[in-house]
Amino acid sequence: MTNSIEEIEGADCILIIGSNTSIAHPLIATRVSRAKARGAKLIVADPRKIPIILQSDLHLQQNLGTDVALINGLMHIILKKGWQDQVFIDERTENIEALKKVVENYPPEKVSEITGIPVADLEKAAEYYAKAERASILYTMGITQHTTGVDNVKSLANLAMLTGNLGKESTGINPLRGQNNVQGACDMGGLPNVYTGYQAVIDQAVRQKFEEAWGARLPDKIGLTATEMFPAVLDGKMKALIILGENPVVSDADCLHVEKALKAIDFLLVIDIFKTPTSDLAHVVLPGAAFAEKEGTFSNTERRVQLLRKAVEPPGESKPDWQIIQELSSRFGYPMDYASPRAIMEEIAKLTPSYGGITYDRLQGDGLQWPCPNTEHPGTKFLHQGRFTRGKGLFSAIEYKPAAEIADEEYPFQLTTGRVHVHYHTGTMTRNSPSLEREISECFLEMHPEDAVELKVADGDWVVIASRRGAVSSRVKLTDAAGRKTVFMPFHFLESRANILTNPAFDPIAKIPEYKVCAVKIQKMDPSDKSILSSASAH
Amino acid sequence: MEFKTVLTSCPYCGCGCGLLLEVLDGKLVGTLPSKTSPVNHGKLCVKGWTVHEFVTSPNRLTKPMVRKGDTLQESSWDDALNLAATRLKEIKEKYGSDSIGVLTSAKCTNEENYVLQKFARAAIGTNNIDHCARL
Ligand code: SF4
Repeated sequence: MTNSIEEIEGADCILIIGSNTSIAHPLIATRVSRAKARGAKLIVADPRKIPIILQSDLHLQQNLGTDVALINGLMHIILKKGWQDQVFIDERTENIEALKKVVENYPPEKVSEITGIPVADLEKAAEYYAKAERASILYTMGITQHTTGVDNVKSLANLAMLTGNLGKESTGINPLRGQNNVQGACDMGGLPNVYTGYQAVIDQAVRQKFEEAWGARLPDKIGLTATEMFPAVLDGKMKALIILGENPVVSDADCLHVEKALKAIDFLLVIDIFKTPTSDLAHVVLPGAAFAEKEGTFSNTERRVQLLRKAVEPPGESKPDWQIIQELSSRFGYPMDYASPRAIMEEIAKLTPSYGGITYDRLQGDGLQWPCPNTEHPGTKFLHQGRFTRGKGLFSAIEYKPAAEIADEEYPFQLTTGRVHVHYHTGTMTRNSPSLEREISECFLEMHPEDAVELKVADGDWVVIASRRGAVSSRVKLTDAAGRKTVFMPFHFLESRANILTNPAFDPIAKIPEYKVCAVKIQKMDPSDKSILSSASAH
Repeated sequence: MEFKTVLTSCPYCGCGCGLLLEVLDGKLVGTLPSKTSPVNHGKLCVKGWTVHEFVTSPNRLTKPMVRKGDTLQESSWDDALNLAATRLKEIKEKYGSDSIGVLTSAKCTNEENYVLQKFARAAIGTNNIDHCARL
């Protein structure tokens, strides 16, 4: 997030786009409610009638995968009406002319046709957002999990810069991170192109610094992303994988493909706290400690580094993952001998400018928000104050491109995926929590009642859902949450793995697969007859 | 009877709510919201309130396991770690560093992520390291 969680309360307009906030980030939704109570305008752009629309002033129900068109359309209106922040544009940005040229081609009528949103609502949304003193954008995977994910994010940046809503309190473009330490995994260099703090592996000076600190020669070539690794296994180029606390056999797009890769691999090492469909395929499985059983830090979505304190001992012979990794490394021939997570953080701080002032002693209270370059620095509540990292903010002229796979005659429905409030990701943790599992223990497919009439299915009936990649079965839940021919399915359930269906086509830059749109066909099923299912998923 | 609460951070979503784990005689028995946390001000969602449940689940892995044919069998730490280190070394020697990939975790701590990417880059010698943030 460019800004902090508490600042959301102070916004005069909040645009939530592609985020089922009350379900996926409940405690951020609380801040949105407080802003509303103060009189803020709330715009929710989502293809489904998600719970937070009950509080909204405006629900823009765009067609799946049409976000760029929607945002360009809003900017078109803002420029036509002269609502842009010209001072901000002149002083802090460049390339506005290119942006103007592109958004010129997105008049409300055309955008309305692409997105399915009425012209009047587009105009209202542009007005609410542009005229607010402080406007904040919240988004999640609904924006990034598309083949145009990077375009979507850049479009949001355009909108914020056009109206001067960056680098100020209660504004910004704020991705809400799905997993508790996504921010930290990125900050720590869990990415193929950067070391800690986003220092590039191809930068020679940076590489030299790490080579000296680590006493090893380091590779200068950018590595493969997760989405590229599994195909590399099937091509025979990748022979071994180490997987720490992840479950790609359920979580990845086109997961049958992932399963095939993991079955073919020479060596698979999995470190996890539970047995998962991924660990079932491993050659060696090592039992890690859960968050309550170890020390360390997590970095939340507002860049706040917070301490994790040990409450109980890990069960049986399981032990903290950092210990496991360092023992493995030592046996591999690269000795590591950290006394504690505190000692590891000392090394991180030394090598990472944005974490330079972070020490366990300073984290005792509320934690610290990076950038925190030295031990006197109080941390940073919001980014880009006065200046962007690259100097001037760059407008990107972006054209709308439809989703990679759109509904056709053979696959007439569009499927989108997401979460439910009691479960989390592949369910490894939540489905082992009896109170949560009791709430929702079975997958469901949300379908519009009129589509159900055509398919002759009733609420609770079993259907087979098939895409070009495979098929799964699920019960149907009738709701008009989404429009006709758009169906929704949560991805937590191994029994009905939504990701068997999803499209692995990914964004060319961010390499994020298009989880949020794929084409499917649906057929009524007799639950005792599993044969259609196995034949459908055989290919 | 010994009772204590331990202040820590929720392991589910990116909000990072502060919570207090209730520990009775060395066992995790409950979860309470932290009132002083700048994130959640004494509130939690249903996942946060029940966070102790998965930790104490009987399904937790408690022993290292290694594959023998079609099944995974319990093993000692020594055997499991030696096997993993040996196989990874063999593969590195035979096919090169870039034949190995590492998926680190958005669920693990910063320190664990740091140590694993260091292992990938300095020990194995590859930048093939990523995590499921894209997913
Ligand atoms: S309590 Fe709920 S909202 Fe807070 S971090 Fe945990 S899962 Fe997220």
